[in-house]
Parts: sequence; structure tokens; C-alpha cells
Amino acid sequence: MRNREPKLAEFYQRDRDWHPAAYTPIYKTSVARSPQQALLSLDETISEITGPTFGHNDFGALDHDLLKNYAKTGDPVGERIIVHGRVLDESGRPVPNTLVEIWQANAGGRYRHKKDVYFAPIDPNFGGCGRTLTDANGYYFFRTIKPGPYPWRNYLNSWRPAHIHVSVFGTAFSQRLITQMYFEGDPLIPLCPIVKTIPDPKAVEQLTAALDLNAAIPQDSIAYKFDIVLRGRRSTLFENRLEGN
Amino acid sequence: MVQKLDYLKESASQTAGPYVHIGLAPGAAGFDIYEKQLGEVIAGPKTPGERIRVEGLVIDGTGAPVKDVLLEVWQADASGAYPHPEDPRSANVSSDFRGWGRVITDFDTGLWSFETVKPGAVPGRNGTTQAPHILFWLVSRGINIGLQTRMYFEDLADANAKDPVLNMIELVARRETLVAKQTEKGVYRFEIRLQGDGETVFFDV
Repeated sequence: MRNREPKLAEFYQRDRDWHPAAYTPIYKTSVARSPQQALLSLDETISEITGPTFGHNDFGALDHDLLKNYAKTGDPVGERIIVHGRVLDESGRPVPNTLVEIWQANAGGRYRHKKDVYFAPIDPNFGGCGRTLTDANGYYFFRTIKPGPYPWRNYLNSWRPAHIHVSVFGTAFSQRLITQMYFEGDPLIPLCPIVKTIPDPKAVEQLTAALDLNAAIPQDSIAYKFDIVLRGRRSTLFENRLEGN
Repeated sequence: MVQKLDYLKESASQTAGPYVHIGLAPGAAGFDIYEKQLGEVIAGPKTPGERIRVEGLVIDGTGAPVKDVLLEVWQADASGAYPHPEDPRSANVSSDFRGWGRVITDFDTGLWSFETVKPGAVPGRNGTTQAPHILFWLVSRGINIGLQTRMYFEDLADANAKDPVLNMIELVARRETLVAKQTEKGVYRFEIRLQGDGETVFFDV
């Protein structure tokens, strides 16, 4: 057999106008941490269209259940919620078997992190992180408590809306994404400098999970639905056609 | 009016924030929760190849180290193959080689390091060959969307000179920002400058 070129189907160009810019002075920390030179546009190679893979052996049985995965003496304090949805690509195709990781503050708005000094108390029964793989249909779910808003030092009186950080892999290093999930109806969303780094309000709506009563467990947990969209991908081969294709 | 294309939009990125370790490396945040933390071992002891250590700093526009950055790296094995089903040579990759890792800084100094095997050359586009390299992806507070870059090896100057990606960088001096210095045999130093003088080349991939 001839030395075959890897089959390369590139991802769609990332819409940089939809994402936040690097330099967003309203979010002060970005000022010194944003490149000033233009990003160099790179044709994807095998290095970019591949990425790490994960299997069920990597996970424990409670990793997706934040009510139980750090519980010591009982359940954590707070509103019990289910966060569920699908990971899709821009063509609407589900992304199966992909790693979704989340982290969040507790109900009082305090993170379990040695660098968080906010005086709201640590919850002894809440770690604040979870992870899972999507199923064959791209579906995932977590059980957790609703995080509280908290103050942060951007302006003196800045408050983060309640949010859950979400990290997703997809199938390639090019699809790697970290974002934040907000909650329907939170009045802090439009006031937040980090939210306001996103230029298009429609993109903010897309990060705002909808209350989903149909998915609630009556008398137990309310639910929010949050779909995550990763970059889509060309389905055709480009110039490196394999023989017979 | 025309038909709708019905593409979805990619979810917009948001900063990973200062507490990214809780989600991605809880041990670094100061607590144990998972049996296995992901990304701690890039190349297990049975992985063939030259063992190397890479260390460095991420430096912001004021010249200060970024102490809360989290880096992810992705690389081929010593033969230049990726452990991924779309690499035609993936079946030959050692099961001890993951190729991916998470790199945490020392919160006091910002210094980070990781151990791995030196990657081999990998195929480029249109029949070219890429010099051995490691992909980097950086997230932190103040970084609104993950920054992607590549690291090459100083001691592979001939391969670097022919590398199609390095050669895309018009300003020759900026190519050096992607080349790690060899400080001793098997140890490389890679400084990533986010802004200003000597700013690292970042990619829109």
C-alpha cells in the first residue's frame, strides 16, 4: 500500500466575531492577557484534527453527581437541579462519547479553591466539580445544586450571575471549548462584564439554560436544559483525495 | 428569500476564570474528589522514545508570570503518530501513550513543567513533513477564548527550517517565539508571552 495521507476533513472556520475578542477592557484582567498581534490563520493538519480520547475507565460512578460525589455527612445545601442537554456540532449532528466537565461555586457563591477568599462558607458536602461522557446521541446530564452569585473585583461592585463553567472536547484539539452556562431569568446576566465580552446578545441567549420543567423530578429536583455546540466539520475530502474516492 | 441553511452557531467561549482547577485539576485547587485526575500522565513509563522535560512560564503584557494559567498539550508519539482513530498509524501507538496532558503552574511562581517523550515528525499538508512539535492550548482568568500555539525544539533546527507552519510566519524573528530552548540534555524551556515584546505567535486554527 502506498504511504497514505491521513484523511483530513477540516472544521468550519471559527466565527471570531461571535466569540469574545481577546482584548475587552470592560473585563479588566483581559487587558494584560490579550495578544496584540493578529492570530495566524492555519490550515488544519493531522495535529489539529486529532485530539485526546476518553473511555468509561477514566471515570468513577458518581463523577456526574455533584450532590453525592463529595458528600460527607449529607447532601449539599442549595436548590437541587438537573443540568442536561446535548453536545452538537454546527451541522446539528450529535457529538457522542465526548468529555464534558463542569465546575461551579456552592449555593453561597463560594468556590472550593485555595485561592477563593470570599467569606461565604465552604459547604462541607460540596466539591463543585463533575464530569461525564456524552452518550451515543450526544446527550449528557449532571445533578447538582444551583450555584449562588458572588462578588468579584472588576469594578468594586461587580457580581457574577449564577453560572456553571463547562469544558468540552469534541473529537479534535480544534474543537476544544470552555464556556459558562447561565440561568434563565437571572437579572445579573446583562450586567456582567464577562458576559458583556460577548458581542452578540443572541450568543448570550445561547449560553442561558432554559428552565425545563418536563425534565424535573417532581418533589425532588428542578431541571435546566443546556445544549452545547462545537465547531462543525466538512464532510468532503479536500485536495488529498485517496485513490478510489 | 432563500432557504435557511440551518447551521447552528458554536457556543461562544467564556473565560475559564481563576478557579479552572476545580473542574479540570481539583488536586491543584486543594482537594481530592476523583479516583483519577485526567491529563496527569502524557507518556507512561512503557512509552518508547526519548524522555524529555519541558518547563516554562506564561508571561503577561506587564512582564509578570501568569500564575493561574492552565495549559493543555497534545502531541504525537516518538514515531510521529497520534493516538486517535483518524491517524492511520494509531494502531502502532503504545497503549501507555496518551499524547495529551494538563499542565498546572506553581501558584506562587507561575512556573510549570511536564514530562513526556519527544514527538516525532508528523505529516503536513500536501505531502510535506512537519517538524516535531507539541500543541499548546492556554486558558485562564482574563483569557476570553483559549489561545492555541505550538512548541518546536531548538536542537532540530534543520527540520524547523523546513516546517510548513513555521515558514508561514512572515516575520522570521517571530518564528523563534515557538522554539523551545534546550537548557540541558532532554530539558527544554518554553516561554509564552501573551502580549508585547516577543509576543508568542498564536493560531486561528
